[in-house]
Amino acid sequence: MVNRYFRELSVAAALIVVLTGLAWFAPSFFEPQPLLSRLTAAAPRLVVACGIAIVIVCRQIDISVGSLFAVCSVGAGWLAAAHVPGPLVLLATLALGAAGGALNGGLVAVLGLPAIVVTLAMMVTLREALRLVQQGVFINLPDGVQWFGLPMSLGQLTVCGIALGILLVLNWALGSLAVGRFVYAVGSDAEAARLAGIRPRAVTFGVFVLTGTLTGLAAVMNLVQSPQVDPSTGRLLELEAIAAAVVGGVAVAGGRGRLGGVLAGFLLLTCITPALTYLGVKPYWDKAIQGAIILLAVVADGIRRRRELP
Amino acid sequence: MTVPLLQLTAVAKSFGAVRALKGVSFDLRAGEVHALLGENGAGKSTLIKVITGAHSPDAGTLELAGQRVVQLSPARAHRLGIACIYQQPALFPDLTVAENIALRLEPVTPLRRVAWPARRRQAGELLHRLGATISPETEVRSLSMPEQQLVEIACALGAGARIVIMDEPTASLTQQEVARLFGIVRALRQDGVGIIYISHRLEEIFALADRVTVLRDGESVGTRCVRRENAAGPKRDVAQSTEAMADAPLLTEAQLIQLMVGREVSTLAPPVERELGDVVLALERVGCAASGVQAVTLAVRAGEIVGLAGLIGAGRTELARILFGLTPADSGQIVLQGQRVTLASPQAAVARGIAYVPEDRRRHGLILEMPIAQNIALASHRWLFPGTWLRFGAERTLALNFMRDLGVKAAGPEALGSSLSGGNQQKVALARWLATRPKLLILDEPTQGVDVGAKGELHRIIRRLAQEGMAVLLISSDLPEILSLSHRLAVMRGGTITALLPNGCQASEVMAAALGQTGERATE
Repeated sequence: MVNRYFRELSVAAALIVVLTGLAWFAPSFFEPQPLLSRLTAAAPRLVVACGIAIVIVCRQIDISVGSLFAVCSVGAGWLAAAHVPGPLVLLATLALGAAGGALNGGLVAVLGLPAIVVTLAMMVTLREALRLVQQGVFINLPDGVQWFGLPMSLGQLTVCGIALGILLVLNWALGSLAVGRFVYAVGSDAEAARLAGIRPRAVTFGVFVLTGTLTGLAAVMNLVQSPQVDPSTGRLLELEAIAAAVVGGVAVAGGRGRLGGVLAGFLLLTCITPALTYLGVKPYWDKAIQGAIILLAVVADGIRRRRELP
Repeated sequence: MTVPLLQLTAVAKSFGAVRALKGVSFDLRAGEVHALLGENGAGKSTLIKVITGAHSPDAGTLELAGQRVVQLSPARAHRLGIACIYQQPALFPDLTVAENIALRLEPVTPLRRVAWPARRRQAGELLHRLGATISPETEVRSLSMPEQQLVEIACALGAGARIVIMDEPTASLTQQEVARLFGIVRALRQDGVGIIYISHRLEEIFALADRVTVLRDGESVGTRCVRRENAAGPKRDVAQSTEAMADAPLLTEAQLIQLMVGREVSTLAPPVERELGDVVLALERVGCAASGVQAVTLAVRAGEIVGLAGLIGAGRTELARILFGLTPADSGQIVLQGQRVTLASPQAAVARGIAYVPEDRRRHGLILEMPIAQNIALASHRWLFPGTWLRFGAERTLALNFMRDLGVKAAGPEALGSSLSGGNQQKVALARWLATRPKLLILDEPTQGVDVGAKGELHRIIRRLAQEGMAVLLISSDLPEILSLSHRLAVMRGGTITALLPNGCQASEVMAAALGQTGERATE
């Protein structure tokens, strides 16, 4: 059992080490309000990371989520600024995200194009189109949008709650729905899955649509946190999401990974920055150390895979 | 006697439990065409790979012109003048003919300057020597298959190869192209090149070869002279040997076939004659242009095992893929239990009660990263989990039942597919499809690479399934297996069924039909 959950457990162990270190050297990290703010700010990233993790399990990749996130944010911002009711804004944004995902999925699954190229093109196109349309202008949001019109701490809890809820639902779906198993089967070996009567293209398409939808949701979760929408938001979101998934033990070669591990990977990467600050490490080192952690995770995965080869 | 160009002595090679070569000795003289013949899996490819340095033998020696060679690598074999021409030319399609030839002939030193004008001239000369009218500046992509083959031969010539291996070179050639190739082979022979010629076409072997070695089950069962005058040695002239082709061969086709299949009686008793059920599957002139299957007419009854014999590439797996909806048929009709059906996707086939256990199970038969239980349940979600979500209890029970029933040896239903032996993997792959409760079970090489014990178990299981009323279509290259299990045998060649043989037919009859000895040539 330990062997089977080795990846997840090792990430969790690393997280515990970091948290223990923080508790020892910087107990103020655990003060509720700053901690909640930190987690709330990062929560949309977790939602996207869940989508990306599933895409990677399916042996695909989506690097357009950052740009799609910005498009969804601006779209939601327009609607909210036009005083469209909140639930409608949410639905429209989810639909926008799903449409973006469907475009990716269609090109990858139906035309059989490589996902890295399709989503790279999508990443650039969406980002540039947005710049052209929005010209970098911030959108001011009306009152009542921020924190869903709730008091701040309650709003923060709601955002965190949504992220956790999504994680739990997706985790359940991956483990307990037939379609979840199909994702693993297709990611392990698409041809074997096809010979087992599964439709790999449909599964791949669905996975991209799901990720797009989750990106739309994440955009809304991010939108409610500030009074304005920055049209250049979501830069490097794809990297952060892929990092959380990979550090969380999702195998880059597909077919393996659990959302529990993604949560641990996400928390580890989220805690590293403040941990370094508290430990007095110069902030320049932050990205380098994050990069090193990602590299370590991929190398560990590669070594394990090599060892398992017959 | 002169020293042979190539001498293999007692070469053995195993892959895990499978002994591909069990001490094969083989020799090739300068200026001879030595044919290599054997059923699928007899060890031909392994032997070739030993000669080209792709596999290093576990035991035995390899001598080149009397010099013992150890640690042969493909690069070293190339330097020593061994060239292999595969059925599918292995050229770079985006480079020109001259570039392809230069790449083979240039020493591998990354920073050396290539003398392109000289290389182009050389490519032109080589092609001219072969009588080819290909410009060295043509991109290989635009060449036809036989032209690409010529380029391959030009590479071998340019490298000064003394030993040329040709692996089914005529498989995709027309009669005229075959004739031209034969001319080239004879010219090479006259130049003192030793040629190892692999073909399933007996008439070619009789037309071209000086000697033939037959492999069976990883052993050499004999080397015979095909043409009398060749026993004399390498010094003869082409005209003489061409004339001599009219001479009666020393070996008859029947004798050759007998050598290939051997005389041993199958270890299993033939199937018991029983009352068969209704026709489950009836095919009426079924074809698929994309996969080369044409006009297949066949019926399989409930409780019947129909064996599908034939050589690799005869269209057996392609037929199975049609029936499973992977490459849907574009002509003819498929009637399943009295109903005309179109099988457009695997889902449609599964819904109609067709199950297909593919060959190459390590890659496609099961998902190695999944536990046994999940693998077994994978094709049965529809009935196993009628609601929306999975029921782990039901899945486990199903897996345990099948594991007990088929005798799967594993730590438990949670063990990963990758942790199982070949035989147990095959049982799990079979269990997955039995769990769908199929009417028609298609088995593609079910015992390939499986140890003897598990093989016997699988045979018993297949028999029992038929007795329980399942219609079984069994594809196998293992002649004793297919002979003993099948109630009827259909032999495929060139994408169609060329012979239907009853229970109790002889291995030699099957082999003769598979080789097309009685039927017409399947050349396009």
